Amino acid sequence: MVTSQSSPADVAGAPKAPATVRSAGPPRGRRRRRLYAELSRPSYIVTAVLGFAVLIGAWWLYAAVGGLSDLFLPAPDQVASRLVKYAGEDLWSDTWASFRRVSIGFLISTAMALPVGILIGTYRRVEAAIEPTMGFIRYMPAIAFVPLTIIWIGVGEEQKWLVIWIGTFFTQVLMVMDNVKRVRRELVDIGYTLGMSDLAILGRIVIPSASPAIWDTLRITLGWAWTWLVLAELVAADDGLGHRIVLAQRYLQTDTIFVALIVVGAIGLLMDQVMKFAGRRLFRWAEKGA
Amino acid sequence: MTNNKLTVRNVSKWFAGDNGEIVNAIDDISFALAENEFVSLVGPSGCGKSTLLSIAAGLTEPSSGAVLVDGDIVRGPGRDRGVVFQTYTLFPWMDVRANIEFALRGEDFSRAERRRVADEHLELVGLSQFADAMPSQLSGGMRQRVAIARALSYRPRVLLMDEPFGALDAMTRQLMQELLTRVWEEHRLTVLFVTHDIDEAVFLSDRVLLMSARPGRLVEDVRIDLERPRRFELQTSAEFVEYRAHLLSTVRAAQPIPGGIT
Repeated sequence: MVTSQSSPADVAGAPKAPATVRSAGPPRGRRRRRLYAELSRPSYIVTAVLGFAVLIGAWWLYAAVGGLSDLFLPAPDQVASRLVKYAGEDLWSDTWASFRRVSIGFLISTAMALPVGILIGTYRRVEAAIEPTMGFIRYMPAIAFVPLTIIWIGVGEEQKWLVIWIGTFFTQVLMVMDNVKRVRRELVDIGYTLGMSDLAILGRIVIPSASPAIWDTLRITLGWAWTWLVLAELVAADDGLGHRIVLAQRYLQTDTIFVALIVVGAIGLLMDQVMKFAGRRLFRWAEKGA
Repeated sequence: MTNNKLTVRNVSKWFAGDNGEIVNAIDDISFALAENEFVSLVGPSGCGKSTLLSIAAGLTEPSSGAVLVDGDIVRGPGRDRGVVFQTYTLFPWMDVRANIEFALRGEDFSRAERRRVADEHLELVGLSQFADAMPSQLSGGMRQRVAIARALSYRPRVLLMDEPFGALDAMTRQLMQELLTRVWEEHRLTVLFVTHDIDEAVFLSDRVLLMSARPGRLVEDVRIDLERPRRFELQTSAEFVEYRAHLLSTVRAAQPIPGGIT
């Protein structure tokens, strides 16, 4: 810092004022800015792997020396070998059954929530007519509807879809409404000054503008849909990962329960990552604010 | 009155304030723009000038009075009036050319014609080489240039500009003013330009309308008889400084500073 202000003579090596060069007193500004600081990608990955390893390690240790019976807490290796065994049996058919159910239930819910949410978000009259009711129903726990759904339509596939729908639809509507409300009003005004109709503005300005946020809403609610699916299968199903958990409970196969839970978690994580990746591809323009 | 392009006739606007009282934002304003006239509306923030422009655009309804374009009462927004806002209004999911082509969908154009007109207008604002860029890759000044090109592309009868350079830094602002003057001098158009910057108003306009705040009233209508074409050197000329001084003192008189500082 000294050289930046000094004359060429100083740089050449004439020590005119050595006192200013010698460091005196304690260093200043020792504290670095740590809040919100960046972390390099390799460091991030190493830390994430370590975090996961610590969890597995703690589990292993507790299973080994915790004094609990395998019945309550199977060790990781026991769960792993159960996974291998299960993979040779019903894992794929169970996963497929669950995946199918959640996909259908989620798609029905999304197909209904998108138009309703978009209309509530753009027309105050529709909002007044529907939103308060939606907000109310949303707070009724979806779990409590399960007995009702069985009375209404039995225990077939439709009942699983209905449970997923009840758990997902109302929240989706409110989140999509919010996504649409956040569309910048000036963009809509430009549409009007261009003489566009309401429908054209909705289709060509509102929806494209809100679509990155709506995509995020779908990604988040898909995770919740899985929760409702497992719930529906726990109550009444002939196959699926949730059903596998109930069966395992009946035979005290704790390791199978662990396997099913891990598979559900892994599928959820995978779908989330796929949607994140697709979203980044589809909405590259939204990365930087414009 | 038949050659008036845009007429604002006895327009008032009042709002319900926070405490339920009625706030008179615009109080009985009337003026008219002749064809191809560039008129600025100047006033302190809160004087209702942007609201007035929004009323002219048809995006806000007046509480009383009316706005007319070529003698027809404005009942809502429409393609006869192009609008440029202060905030950036390019559609971020389209590239620059597509943004302009979007405005041309309302015309009876083939795809090729749309592209040709869009490219012509990009050239007009000096952004031909950015036709394929996304808005997020552009600087603020460039985005506003595209917005101006978009508003001009479909040939509205009146161009309404609401502090289009308000968010730009002083240097970019200056360049944008020169660009706008050049474009306007080459392609005459009726323009209503809202700003709080007196220099900007004098530099660009044929007439400057001065507004006072609360209630928003027209306090002065000044014709700017400065030669065209105008270049930035004009801003240091004696005449320019005189107009500026006159408008500033009028603003001062209409808007006494609280606390009695003079």
